[in-house]
Amino acid sequence: MTTTIIFTIASLSLLGLVLALILYFTAQKFKVVEDPRIDDVETILPGANCGGCGFAGCRAFAEGCVKADSLDGLFCPVGGNDTMKKVAGYLGVTVADKAPQVAVVRCNGNCDSRPKSSNYDGYTSCAVMANLYSGDTDCRYGCLGQGDCEISCDFDAIKMNPRTGLPEVDEEKCTACGACVKACPKFIIELRNKGPKGKRIFVSCINKDKGGVAKKACAVACIGCTKCQKVCAYDAITISSNLAYIDYNKCKLCRKCVVECPTNAIWEVNFPVRVPKRETADVEQQ
Amino acid sequence: MSKTFSIGGIHPKDNKISVKAAIENFPVMETAYISMSQHLGAPAEPIVAKGDKVKTGQLIAKANGFISANIHSSVSGTVSAIELMPDLAGNLVQHVVVKVEGDEWDEKIDRSPEIVREIKLSPSEIIAKIADCGIVGLGGAAFPTHIKLSPPPGKKAEFLVMNGAECEPYLTSDYRIMLENPEEILIGTRIMMIALGVKKAYVGIEDNKPKAIKAMKELCSKSYRDIKIVSLQKKYPQGGEKQLIDAILGRQVPSMGLPIDTGVVVQNVGTALAVYEAVQKNKPLFEGVVTVTGKCMTEQRNFRMRVGTTFESMLFAVGGFPKDAEKLVSGGPMMGKAVARIEAASVKSTSALLLLTEEETKRKPEGNCIRCAKCVDACPMGLEPFLLNRLSRAGRIDDLEANLVQDCIECGSCLYVCPANIPLLDTIRLSKASVLKIMRSRPKK
Repeated sequence: MTTTIIFTIASLSLLGLVLALILYFTAQKFKVVEDPRIDDVETILPGANCGGCGFAGCRAFAEGCVKADSLDGLFCPVGGNDTMKKVAGYLGVTVADKAPQVAVVRCNGNCDSRPKSSNYDGYTSCAVMANLYSGDTDCRYGCLGQGDCEISCDFDAIKMNPRTGLPEVDEEKCTACGACVKACPKFIIELRNKGPKGKRIFVSCINKDKGGVAKKACAVACIGCTKCQKVCAYDAITISSNLAYIDYNKCKLCRKCVVECPTNAIWEVNFPVRVPKRETADVEQQ
Repeated sequence: MSKTFSIGGIHPKDNKISVKAAIENFPVMETAYISMSQHLGAPAEPIVAKGDKVKTGQLIAKANGFISANIHSSVSGTVSAIELMPDLAGNLVQHVVVKVEGDEWDEKIDRSPEIVREIKLSPSEIIAKIADCGIVGLGGAAFPTHIKLSPPPGKKAEFLVMNGAECEPYLTSDYRIMLENPEEILIGTRIMMIALGVKKAYVGIEDNKPKAIKAMKELCSKSYRDIKIVSLQKKYPQGGEKQLIDAILGRQVPSMGLPIDTGVVVQNVGTALAVYEAVQKNKPLFEGVVTVTGKCMTEQRNFRMRVGTTFESMLFAVGGFPKDAEKLVSGGPMMGKAVARIEAASVKSTSALLLLTEEETKRKPEGNCIRCAKCVDACPMGLEPFLLNRLSRAGRIDDLEANLVQDCIECGSCLYVCPANIPLLDTIRLSKASVLKIMRSRPKK
């Protein structure tokens, strides 16, 4: 009886020792040397794994940062400049500030200004709808309103407004990761600089049709009339294929183009409410 | 016992309510809108300018590239514009707009009613003639016929299979031409047999068209012994070329393969009629038979209609838009395309204008998959639609390719049988497009 117990203990211990030795030498032989800094950088990053940086996730981005000589071209949109500064400080390199960006919806054709010409009753997906036809309004470029951008957003920052049928961006939550830009089959959403104190001006339309056709399909379409281009003192506005585009690096936020636009296709965001001129005149008279 | 294809298939109610309506000529419209993109492949290049006078049957646009087809004027009159106009899906396509003045046909076209039986041309002359006359497959895909009739080097056709199945519900245009022009179809078939150098042809007709089978069989037993009429069981999608080859010859087209890989070329009976008219009568393809039908309509019609007729004028001819019609479809209810713009014009391969009521077309809310496998049973390609749907929603492109999403023929059988109303076809079609795009961008081995 005792011999059996002793024999069992001895044989199992021996077996454990032999296997432990094999494991130890195998682990030594095939050891993967990894830079310990990768782990540290990863803890600095926000850990959203959104892929907005262009890497597969935060770990891959951390690896990219550690391996790269400088941080040029590497940017975490979720963490922004603060996070990048921390990463740069840890790695002992310098990093230039990048202007914070925000997703901008370049379609303002709501249910009133852009009437429906057909009813879509298929699967609720912009991608499927765009695959089938040009859309349920006469505008071939405009928002399809099925909400692929809302589904793609990891941060709950873009929401469909049922009243207008258009998506709206919550700029506090938007991290400019670019997921909605990729999800939109009509390429309506663009990442633009947030601007000083969030003030920005952009053309909220991507209709490339001739003025008459665009105007017929949507009351607030850009008709390519070049009025904004003429009024702009900073050469920030270019017009190609009947569509105006404002370069956010050149725009000085003077807002002249906003007043000039005959179809109200140019939007200003986060500016103080402008008091119409005639009303002020009336007030003075009183 | 009639033959049919081996796997999958569904039995929708055939609703062929326009069978008794004989083909009548549709009045020539005031303005014709002739699309430059009526075929698969590159759009044709217009060779007329604004203000030019054109005759019916005159060449107005040349094929542009290898897969493309010539386009002829369907009316006589003056070219009033060459401009971008929306097609039925609202996408802009270049159109030649012709203001109609009278109806003067090109002198070369033989308009006599006699049937020309003797085939004088050599195979290469036939193919050149077909290419000149801009014949495209009238089964739906509108693939240029002359390319189908010239198999790639190293591949030889053994049989010609003619598709007279017309498995789509509602459509009767092929049935009417088989009934009214059977001999022309058989001569057209024989012309294509000469062009391909094959000795035997089969015409597959579903057994819900006994009159057409009888008419064709009688003619074949008399003077067209090399063409065999095969009666097929009624089952959708029998008209798909892979299904038709399986049904008639029992051969399987390999994955991503073409019918020619099994030594078969498939053509539609409508194409045969167009080939006959082109080769024997010198008449280019500028008109075709269009069924205008729907349960909500008081009368069902089969029209011989010029290319470039707007859907609006078709509706006008049958007495306007019925009150309970909810959806317009160009083609059959299973694979046809919804008409989003009624000002769009018909093209060569337009086979029907179908009006559906709300009851027929309304989608029910989507439920959960209950793993009943009805879609697997229904899929004529042996795929697993429920799995493809899940993979496609998850965006797993590699797994989609491994599960052969690229073989989907988009027949819609899975969507038809699904008790949970899952939009299987919509999601599968979307992922099929992205998988095919990736497969094509790979370097060829």
